[in-house]
Amino acid sequence: MKKFNKLKSIPAHIPLMNIDTDMIIPKQFLKTIKRTGLGKSLFYEMRYDESGKIIKKFILNNEPYSKSQILIAGKNFGCGSSREHAPWALLDFGIRCIISPSYADIFYNNCFNNGILPIVLDEQIIQDLIEYSLIKKEIEVNLETQEVFYGNKKINFDIDPAKKKRLLEGLDNIGLSLKKIPSIEKYEKDLKKQKPWI
Amino acid sequence: MPKTLYDKIWDDHLVHQEADGTTLLYVDRHLVHEVTSPQAFEGLRTQGRKVRRPELTLAVPDHNVPTSDRTKGIKDKQSKIQVDTLRKNCKDFGINLFDVNDKRQGIVHIIGPEQGFTQPGTVIVCGDSHTATHGAFGSLAFGIGTSEVEHVLATQTLIQKKSKNLRVNVNGKIPIGVTSKDVILKIIGTIGTAGGTGYVIEFAGDVINNLSVEQRMTICNMTIEAGARAGLIAPDEKTLKYFKGRPMSPKGENWEKAVQNWKKLFSDKNAIFDKEIEINGNEIEPLVTWGTSPQDVSPITGFVPDPEKENDKDRKAAMYRSLEYMGLKPMMKISDIKVDKIFIGSCTNGRIEDLRLAAKLLKGKKIANNVSAMVVPGSGLVKQQAEEEGIDKIFKNAGFQWREPGCSMCLGMNEDQLSSKERCASTSNRNFEGRQGRGGRTHLVSPGMAVAAAIKGYLSDVREIN
Repeated sequence: MKKFNKLKSIPAHIPLMNIDTDMIIPKQFLKTIKRTGLGKSLFYEMRYDESGKIIKKFILNNEPYSKSQILIAGKNFGCGSSREHAPWALLDFGIRCIISPSYADIFYNNCFNNGILPIVLDEQIIQDLIEYSLIKKEIEVNLETQEVFYGNKKINFDIDPAKKKRLLEGLDNIGLSLKKIPSIEKYEKDLKKQKPWI
Repeated sequence: MPKTLYDKIWDDHLVHQEADGTTLLYVDRHLVHEVTSPQAFEGLRTQGRKVRRPELTLAVPDHNVPTSDRTKGIKDKQSKIQVDTLRKNCKDFGINLFDVNDKRQGIVHIIGPEQGFTQPGTVIVCGDSHTATHGAFGSLAFGIGTSEVEHVLATQTLIQKKSKNLRVNVNGKIPIGVTSKDVILKIIGTIGTAGGTGYVIEFAGDVINNLSVEQRMTICNMTIEAGARAGLIAPDEKTLKYFKGRPMSPKGENWEKAVQNWKKLFSDKNAIFDKEIEINGNEIEPLVTWGTSPQDVSPITGFVPDPEKENDKDRKAAMYRSLEYMGLKPMMKISDIKVDKIFIGSCTNGRIEDLRLAAKLLKGKKIANNVSAMVVPGSGLVKQQAEEEGIDKIFKNAGFQWREPGCSMCLGMNEDQLSSKERCASTSNRNFEGRQGRGGRTHLVSPGMAVAAAIKGYLSDVREIN
């Protein structure tokens, strides 16, 4: 997994709450057996019309936002299905960081497994950030110090220390858990005794 | 210290815990389907890793399989590749697979309980958000992403942090015509799609106790639509009766031992919940959704709401967007909404009891001229059972299509989709924009309400159907 440390980008803003995983990546793109190549289909129904033509007014279809690595969105971002195709599509498009007042549970976890940083900030602060984003200037995210810089302002964000560590170091969760095999084996031995039907 | 049901299952599955609460949780049962697993198996191959406990995993293709005749294979190239890939992965890694033409094939959350693979007190995961369904049997069940699927395959564990405890008490008695679908829609309409975020919800109260286990599954199934990690219902005598004699249920001495264990699965009397919510069952009416979020509910006797009366600016904007997408006007009568399609099926409402209820209302009637309607049984065994009871004939005589099992139009990955602006009364779980097909308009309803809409051609009150 790619490490995450610092990021500078002009943020793109999608002013909607409850952006669901069907919006992020519609069902027809879930037929892939790969993790890559989904970026062009990100937000498909908002980006392309029914004949497949680009919808000009959608933010990600416009410079400089078509190169944004930071996405600002309304609350409960990523609600709906567990499809990891949603973070894969965001990542493949180039998004490495999302800023929202809140996220759906499964999506939030999926981000960390793909090197994407989902930042939670108050709606008030996000409003200020959105206004700043309109002048098309970069903002900076620093995970190590848990800070977002924009203009002459600096704001702090909270993050679970274990999740932060995994992102900073790009750690492989499975590799780490496999180091706990002795604990797993012990659990399984006890399980066999206590619940032989499992 | 008194514990909640969630506390008990959680504590029972701790393999390792860090000082900060990060926990390695043991997974007893893992369900796998064709859409969210290929990349996980590929990851194992790349790293040279094995499946730790293949016998604890069960695989089935369900999401993108056609629901028309498939004895001659799957026509759609990409769908075929995914199903073939699942078949190969199961063979290579030694995993039990119910293949497309196996009688036991069906929607992953229907076949798990049907086979007795699902069991009380277990931790069950699947790369699908509606895994919450299995919580109806007192198992801690939740959806995971593909990276986590790979983690479970490799280690039979999952890295988790504990959620908070929320109890939703539904007391009283639900009126005639009201089903568990209406109960869960009512709950989501009350707490909102993010109302359960950060929690595991335990459903309790008279109404829940009086439901059959299949009806309880509908409640837990849609817990994710309220944002919660999982939904739980304490097992009782009905649960035990349900599991006795199922193919993968414990047998003989093990059955007795399991039952002793399962009887301890309830929240202790003084257990502390971080939050409790009361819902009055007496006041629940048959509900429908009018918008593009499962929280957008209205009684069938009600009206499409007016966004102007909403104070929250973001919510107001979301309501306007929903109404435009749905092609509805504020304050129009819900029962004036004309429908084009009817879909009965999905992991929410595709079980035999759902089909029986629908057939009972439909018997001897015809669907309206303006609608086309389909029933997609949740599994091959549900289909077989229904055919033995003559339920298929009732549907077919009324004008419904009787299809092969799968997820079908719930998510429209196969050819069962809505066209743009087509309006559907659907027994599924999500009414998101584009969910059932680009531009398609979904109204979530119970199976009885789907039948009422099919007969009248409009969203209609099931209580008016004899």
